[in-house]
Amino acid sequence: MKKIDSDKALRLVIYAVLTLVCLTIIYPFWNLIVISLNTGTDTARGGIMMWPREFTWENYKLVFKDTRLVTAAKISVLKTVIGTGAQILFTSIFAYGVSRRELKFKNFYMKYALLTMYVSGGLIPSYILIRTLHLINTFWVYVVPAMFSAWNMVIFKSFFENLPEGLLESAKIDGAGEYMTFFKIVVPISGPVFASLILFTAVDQWNGWFEGAIYITNQKLIPLQTLLKQIISANTAGQLMDQVSGTAAEKLAEETLTSKSLSTAAMFVTTIPIIMVYPFLQKYFVGGMMVGSIKE
Amino acid sequence: MKSIEKGKDSIKERKKFCLGNKSKTQLSLQSMVVPGVIYMFIFSYIPLFGIIIAFKDYDIVTGILNSPWVGFKYFKEFLTSPNFGMVMRNTLLISTLKLVVGFPFPIIFALMLNEIKCMGARKAFQTITYLPHFMSWVVISGMVMSLLSIDGGQVNEALMKLGVIKEPVNWISTPKYFLPILIGTGIWKEFGFCAIIYIAAISGVNPELYEACSIDGASRLKQMLVVTLPAIIPQIAITLIMKLASILNAGFSDILLLTNEGQNTIMRNVSDVIETYVYRMGLKSQRYSYATAVGLFKSVVSITMLVLSNKLSAKLTDTTLW
Repeated sequence: MKKIDSDKALRLVIYAVLTLVCLTIIYPFWNLIVISLNTGTDTARGGIMMWPREFTWENYKLVFKDTRLVTAAKISVLKTVIGTGAQILFTSIFAYGVSRRELKFKNFYMKYALLTMYVSGGLIPSYILIRTLHLINTFWVYVVPAMFSAWNMVIFKSFFENLPEGLLESAKIDGAGEYMTFFKIVVPISGPVFASLILFTAVDQWNGWFEGAIYITNQKLIPLQTLLKQIISANTAGQLMDQVSGTAAEKLAEETLTSKSLSTAAMFVTTIPIIMVYPFLQKYFVGGMMVGSIKE
Repeated sequence: MKSIEKGKDSIKERKKFCLGNKSKTQLSLQSMVVPGVIYMFIFSYIPLFGIIIAFKDYDIVTGILNSPWVGFKYFKEFLTSPNFGMVMRNTLLISTLKLVVGFPFPIIFALMLNEIKCMGARKAFQTITYLPHFMSWVVISGMVMSLLSIDGGQVNEALMKLGVIKEPVNWISTPKYFLPILIGTGIWKEFGFCAIIYIAAISGVNPELYEACSIDGASRLKQMLVVTLPAIIPQIAITLIMKLASILNAGFSDILLLTNEGQNTIMRNVSDVIETYVYRMGLKSQRYSYATAVGLFKSVVSITMLVLSNKLSAKLTDTTLW
């Protein structure tokens, strides 16, 4: 009897702790929504905790009218779609190639690819390369340098290696070539691994801000995250400056008043696609992670 | 007779066909792999070769090959500069704290989640805790800065209402609060997602073990400690060793974004790590050779750590990286 009581108490405590933890995760997002639905001047007065005080859609209207944000959103969508498509296609074909026992020099190819996971030239040599290739200030700087991922390749490869051998053999007997086998047989039955790697790659592309910050100076080519970063830094500049005189800080605060509400709305809009996609792919990426953690 | 001849012929034909097929297969397979090999040569191996600018006085006009050699000049400069101590201290402090403080959270979370038998609640807890992993550091740093802001930030408001503080605190530009904010945000973002491998390991535990334990009169808490926890010890060991290998990776995006790219010099004393220093020296001040030397210094130490951890891992857990 006592045991059952203590078990019940334990379960109660765990439920309470986990609920509290989830609330700490949800609250910042909730706060984002609340501020984005409140008028900027009212938000600046402070004291907003759980609910908008002066409700307005104005911030969202501004977001969708702001040409900078709309242009950046287009770039984000394009880079996510093209960048993810190119990387998954290129990486999975390579992985299928090295997953086949018939491939000559297979060992060399694998070592050659794995080495790139552990050593890299680092920031500056990569930057010099991108400049030498004239990719600076072009859209392709988001796509081309990210076209191959050795990590994803390893995950694809170990998945392909575990496919039933007979399936590939029967395709061969029917006269299908390697490309045909890959696209018609392998891809359709590899749904889970494609789903999880497309998700991870797309999230990386969507969330990436650094390339836009270092390789792009043309404001028309920066993605949403880079633009958001610029807006947020402008907002917090006042607080982070080494020494700001009172009046200068006040003036800065006034100027950024609307842009603060605007950036909150933009931050939420940027997050919506992710919130809408990942819960549905959860069962796949749990499996995908496991394939990846198994040593190839 | 004729039919036998014919049969022989067709076997020959078939063999020929197969042979042709084999080289065709090989050609197709090679055509799948070779473009990737060329790609990696350009985007991974050429930058590797570019490291030589750490030993040269590189500038844009003369190019990599024509720049004069300077030997270890830039390494000496880094090792003797006052920044060296600061950057190394911050790097080691931040990554050690991230490792030590952050490590238990996913494990505790996985253990707790295992006690939730209602599948709906379980799924909800998982979905919510995975969310921050998929968010960009830009948005998260924006949220953190908004919550902690000195004018109307919710943290200041709440603490003032509770009477903990009398006037708003400027959390994000006070050096002593930087580490707790950085590490707390990092844990908040990743503990749920990092728990995945532990949750998977726990799901592989034989249910009979729990039953046997239960018959012996062990409470759930006891079962958690004597059945579940030991079951994930191998995962814990592997994760710990892998993290040791990357002890010099203190972070980059998180630090850069939470400090507004280190514009504040006072904050830089506690936040500048090797990678942000390389970024600032290389791309902001355009000291390409110096920054590359600093980066190379980090890589050499990292690779040494990686090899050592791999040896340790092979000895303790029979798992190796390569």
